[in-house]
Amino acid sequence: MSDKQIEIKNVTFSYGDGEEKRNVLENFSLDIERGSFTVILGHNGSGKSTVAKLMNGLYKPSGESGKVLVDGIDTRGSEHEIEIRRKVGMVFQNPDNQLVASVVEEDVAFGPENLGLKREEIRARVDEALKAVGMFEFRKSTPHHLSGGQKQRVAIAGVIVMRPECLILDEPTAMLDPKGRAEVMDIITRFNRENGMTVVLITHFMEEAEPADRVLLLNDGEIISDGKPKEIFSDIETLKKAGLDVPQTTELLFELKQNGMDIDTDAISVEETAARITAALHLEEK
Amino acid sequence: MKKVLKDITFGQYVESNSFIHRLDPRTKILLTILGIVFLFLADSNNLFSLLVCIVQVAIIIAFSRVPLRMYLKNIKAILPIIVLTTIINLFYGSGEVLLSFWRVTITTGGVNRAVYMAVRVILLILLSSVLTYTTTPNDITDAIESLLSFLRIFGLRTAVHMLAMMMTIALRFIPTLVEETEKIINAQKARGADLESGKLFQRIRALIPILIPLLISSVRRAYELAEAMECRCYNGGVGRVRMKELKYGLRDITAAAVMLIFCGGVIAVNILL
Repeated sequence: MSDKQIEIKNVTFSYGDGEEKRNVLENFSLDIERGSFTVILGHNGSGKSTVAKLMNGLYKPSGESGKVLVDGIDTRGSEHEIEIRRKVGMVFQNPDNQLVASVVEEDVAFGPENLGLKREEIRARVDEALKAVGMFEFRKSTPHHLSGGQKQRVAIAGVIVMRPECLILDEPTAMLDPKGRAEVMDIITRFNRENGMTVVLITHFMEEAEPADRVLLLNDGEIISDGKPKEIFSDIETLKKAGLDVPQTTELLFELKQNGMDIDTDAISVEETAARITAALHLEEK
Repeated sequence: MKKVLKDITFGQYVESNSFIHRLDPRTKILLTILGIVFLFLADSNNLFSLLVCIVQVAIIIAFSRVPLRMYLKNIKAILPIIVLTTIINLFYGSGEVLLSFWRVTITTGGVNRAVYMAVRVILLILLSSVLTYTTTPNDITDAIESLLSFLRIFGLRTAVHMLAMMMTIALRFIPTLVEETEKIINAQKARGADLESGKLFQRIRALIPILIPLLISSVRRAYELAEAMECRCYNGGVGRVRMKELKYGLRDITAAAVMLIFCGGVIAVNILL
């Protein structure tokens, strides 16, 4: 087995046909390492959701050229569809539109039920998944009585219950309040660090890229930047070109540097930024 | 109306741990149907067979441990229908003439018939209320899927699965769509839409700006749900296993036996008395 979880090779993807045909991706390539935490950043319409849906075979590459390999299996053939979806779990933006049943535990059971597992096995997995996202005590509740963050945690449980090797999340926090956002980010980071799950997080919130091993900037279907979070964040011009809102902290450091201060611009959190500024001020005093 | 729709997940379900609550939902559905059939098999010229039915329903209600006022509420809701059937039945039937004016005659047979009909409709409502008060819509859905599963011998397996899936999804999305409707109504009101005044036709027209966005968003939701279901390895129900298993127990046998005794009682009274 290779150490590549997902390989996208020279893929072109387009919507519509004839005159209205529009290429979202052209000759696009990307490898995702097993066990890595990758964040794909991009504004609306940058093609980031398309990339996500290519990764578990929900979308197939357009035309004859290019292919997507999941664990070495081509997503084009339909005979491996279930196997691929079992390996690569996917969480979407709107939790309301992913939940199927009106009882939490029955919803989480939906995936394993489809796989035709044994009843006791399903029961054990459901309980385990609900505990992993901290929703076990809500197992008998109905989703519409839960908060957005809780619903999204149930949706994540519904995916990890199939024990995927890789988890793809397409803007999972976009519709949540700050508390729900923090809960979801915490769970995702934990799955990666503790269980070695490959995570691909698609977002337009730069702050969420902080725990990643690797950040990709996507603009108009092209990767315009690829590196460690700090490298990406210190390159404000490219970030702005990608149409992203730069965190205020990073922007402050950038402006200070532009105005002649000798300062490192690779901080994201407020604490780090404060430390950088103090360090720079001390340096100037000397 | 809004509240009723919002809480449809629990429907009319009244939480309790009574004997009836703990019965298998399939047993409850089957016995309710049986009970209703026998309400109409009870001889309408025989006071005793109706009495057997009344006693039977009274016992079931007592065992359901649902407050009596809940049942009265349901009867009150259909009072107009009861009154109407009673009045219509008054004019049918033969026997001694009690009252006669213009072309209308009321006979003892008619009165008899009217009273029987009213009692039957009331008992019918009570019996079905027991089912909805003691069983959640989810359980009813599972029971229907299980009860219809015999249809698979006619090659209708997928059809039964689809019916159950549709009912599950409908139950899941009703509260979501109610919430969405409220949001759209508020948004349109904020833009100056007038939904409460005007003639009927104008009011119906005023609904268009609510229904169109609702329809569009439902289609979008359906599309997203389908993708999410596919991602969770859904393939039309082939080889699907349910986590929750319905199991008949001793309780169900007891309940069925008691029901059958009453049904036998109705037949016996019909013949003997």
